[in-house]
Amino acid sequence: MAEPVTVRLTVNGVGHEGRCEPRKLLVDFLREDLALTGTHVGCEHGICGACTVLIDGVAARSCIMLAVQADGAEIVTIEGLMQDGALHPLQAAFREHHGLQCGFCTPGMLMTALDFLRVNPTPTEPEIREALSAVLCRCTGYHGIVKAVAAAAPVLAKRA
Amino acid sequence: MMSPESTRERWIGRPVKRVEDHRLLTGRGTYIDDHPPVANVHAAAIVRSPHAHARILGYDVSAALAMPGVVGVITGADVAASTKPFGVGVTAPVHYYCAATDKARFVGEPVAVVVAKNRYLAEDAAEAVVVHYEPLPAVVDPERALEPDAPVLHETVGTNLAGNRRLVYGDPDRAFAEAEVVIRERFRFPKYASTPIETYGVIARWDGLDGVLTVWSNFMGPFIMHPLVARVLGLPENRLRFIVPPDIGGSFGIKSSIYPYMALIGLAAMKTGVAVKWIEDRREHLLASSSGTDRVAYRELAARRDGTILGMRYRWIDNVGGYIRSPEPGCSFRPTGNFVGPYAFQHLEVDASVVMTNKSLTGPNRGYACGHLYFETEGMIDRLAATLGMDPVAVRRKNLIPATAFPYRTPTGGLYDSGDYEATLDRALEHADYAGLRRRQVEARAAGRWFGIGVALAVDPSVSNMGYVATALDPQFRAKPEYLPKSGAMDAATVKVDPLGRVTAIMATTPQGQGHQTVVSQIIADELGLRPEDVTVVDEMDTFTRVWSISSGTYSSRFGSVGAGAAALAARKLRAKLVDYAAHLMEVPVEQVEFRDGTARMKGGQGPSYTVKDLAGRAHWNATSMPEGMEQGLQATAVFGFSVAGAVDAQDRVNSSNTYGFIAEVMAVEIDRATAAVTIDKYVTVHDAGTIINPMIAEGQIYGGALHGLGGAMFEELAYDDDGQLLTGTFMDYLVPTASEAPTIDIAHVVSPSPLTPLGSKGLGESSSMTVPAVLANAVSDALAPLGVRITQLPITPSRLWHLIEDAKT
Repeated sequence: MAEPVTVRLTVNGVGHEGRCEPRKLLVDFLREDLALTGTHVGCEHGICGACTVLIDGVAARSCIMLAVQADGAEIVTIEGLMQDGALHPLQAAFREHHGLQCGFCTPGMLMTALDFLRVNPTPTEPEIREALSAVLCRCTGYHGIVKAVAAAAPVLAKRA
Repeated sequence: MMSPESTRERWIGRPVKRVEDHRLLTGRGTYIDDHPPVANVHAAAIVRSPHAHARILGYDVSAALAMPGVVGVITGADVAASTKPFGVGVTAPVHYYCAATDKARFVGEPVAVVVAKNRYLAEDAAEAVVVHYEPLPAVVDPERALEPDAPVLHETVGTNLAGNRRLVYGDPDRAFAEAEVVIRERFRFPKYASTPIETYGVIARWDGLDGVLTVWSNFMGPFIMHPLVARVLGLPENRLRFIVPPDIGGSFGIKSSIYPYMALIGLAAMKTGVAVKWIEDRREHLLASSSGTDRVAYRELAARRDGTILGMRYRWIDNVGGYIRSPEPGCSFRPTGNFVGPYAFQHLEVDASVVMTNKSLTGPNRGYACGHLYFETEGMIDRLAATLGMDPVAVRRKNLIPATAFPYRTPTGGLYDSGDYEATLDRALEHADYAGLRRRQVEARAAGRWFGIGVALAVDPSVSNMGYVATALDPQFRAKPEYLPKSGAMDAATVKVDPLGRVTAIMATTPQGQGHQTVVSQIIADELGLRPEDVTVVDEMDTFTRVWSISSGTYSSRFGSVGAGAAALAARKLRAKLVDYAAHLMEVPVEQVEFRDGTARMKGGQGPSYTVKDLAGRAHWNATSMPEGMEQGLQATAVFGFSVAGAVDAQDRVNSSNTYGFIAEVMAVEIDRATAAVTIDKYVTVHDAGTIINPMIAEGQIYGGALHGLGGAMFEELAYDDDGQLLTGTFMDYLVPTASEAPTIDIAHVVSPSPLTPLGSKGLGESSSMTVPAVLANAVSDALAPLGVRITQLPITPSRLWHLIEDAKT
């Protein structure tokens, strides 16, 4: 067991400092050390995408990254999406279009879609599908998710 | 009983947005791994067999015990000494413990558990556990496993055959003797699993002084597994508490098979004295959670030249893996009542063998046994059509159970409660523009393209009768005086009004994403004249506090009929009480009082009226204002249970489910001539699930179910090599369909309300998972008909299809 190291990072705009083993996964650090359990673990090998968070604005998988690698980073998790007590337009669109059932992949879907719409604010449906293929969902057949992302795109584009 | 007259629109039938969504969209769900129910929880890591078949010679846990943070190691020796094997659904003496004791019989089988301060330390120590094995030859193919020289997994059984039943309905021999046409085919169905994105999770705490074991888990039921686990651990049932957190991250049948781990982690808590948490990782899930069976099926069909089906023979060899785990052999018998599907033929022989091999264990997986059944049956119908030169639709139409025949008793004992199969088929043909598709096919073929159209029909059984599994037992065994018949399907709900008039409903249905809180709030809002947002629904299963029975849980598409029915009955019971109480306050006979829009008033409209809130205030603050003989307080508990779910009879007939929906599908595909890639051009699915409570949620189930079926038909297979090593142990190898593979689906409904349920609703949760393998195989076969290629094996991977095409060309 290696000596613990100090990790300083910003999550959802709040600074955190923690000590953990160097081998600790970022997702475990978020869930266990910071009690941010909204980010989920679905495969621990970087395929299912449930653990996706934004690291310095870019979607990344927190299950195949160490907490120490995120030292100094700005992270946004699903807990950071709401603003002024209201759902983010992307969250609202998921509700409107039944883009979730069990909700387990939803955090990864939201963070992936958020990054995608930042890069491509006016996507076509095949582009949405290709982007979302980074996250596995077993409940919805993706139908409501694709609709939700398509519906949120113009709303987010207007805000930007 | 009809719903109350109302001037408002009903909530049932409307796409009400889900109350679950706010917490799930904001990261505030409570799944098992988010759930710290007690302090100082330790973590478990499970040591698993690397061998498909090996004798266990001994363990050395000393190095593991000496490692930092380790508080205990439980091995198979502890399991053998301190637990009993689980009861199994056959009479063969299969000793299935919650971990390997004498031998390991599949790769990934648990052999030891390490408990340590955290997961990292537990996994470190798990690597230091030494297990001495004597590897043995493995067998993975179910037909090979039945050969006399095959390695035998269970010496106590002496063969790999866990059970065989030959069921005869009508006079199939005569049907085949009289047939003008006989069709024969061999099919293979793959082993696949619906892999919920949340894996298994169990937390156990042992209170030694009280003798109570509490087990939190994402178990979905059926709660028949509760008495099973209690017996394994030697606990009185009222000292074993199962609690299910509010959110489960998908299940699709797979989490019904978590119960061996509930026993294993329970034992770890009892042995170490600390609370123990185990969260399965994905590798463990793919290695050793659960899947459907792989099956070899030999089918025969007897018909007249006009297309009338006279009878069928099914010979099945189902592969349940290293042990037969309950509720297997449901893989064979779950559809007993609907073995004949939507067809009117009366003569059937089923020869069902259940075989153990060195693969992982099986159990319910979305569409349980029906994906297999309809893949074969619908394939046979298309072969009949081709043989007779008839259109596949015409052959089906000729054999459908007519709308006038409902309720219809099938030759195998099923009671189809309602339906109009031909109208549903017509709806699908119309939506798909079937005639137009056939025209397009003519043009495509003329241009040398491979374009095909598939049709598939299915009777969609819901709410399993707990008694069907006994079909696996010989009638002579069931006739013994000491044999206790099994039957039934029930659920309970409680509705209560608090002192300020707020309504709370308490359920015990273990939802896994199906939106039960939303649906129940719609039902109760209608019954009590409220808005859904006025109703708080609590759906957290706890065997110590909820009303439950062995059939409880959410599986076999049961909530829409039985859980929803219980909620409606509880609300009606409460409404009747509100009316009685209001009549008493008004000092008028109860017949003169009506309840409408949340208010009790005189039928003529004169005099005082009382809202639910008015009545709640009086009932709670002035309890003696209730009439003599009325139970005080404002609450009602109701149980809805089916009376048509009887035990298996002496002729092996059983109404294996309680409501039966219907699915008609049409799919058109085009196959790339160069790459053999299959593109879905059109996919129409029409469902008759009776009354639809929330069409948004219902369609969500169909979209999801269809993609599960597509996964099994085209991508997913838990593949093993000949030595029993799993080849698809990660999501890199086990291909789950992504958004790019999901087809556009045209969904329509036909509504034939069930006469058996309070709301007329039927189940719909498994839906197209059971039809897509059939409709896709039929469409691909139709596309390749010019080459004479017929799909008999799934998944239809590009390489498999390419080889079929190349072989056909030569």
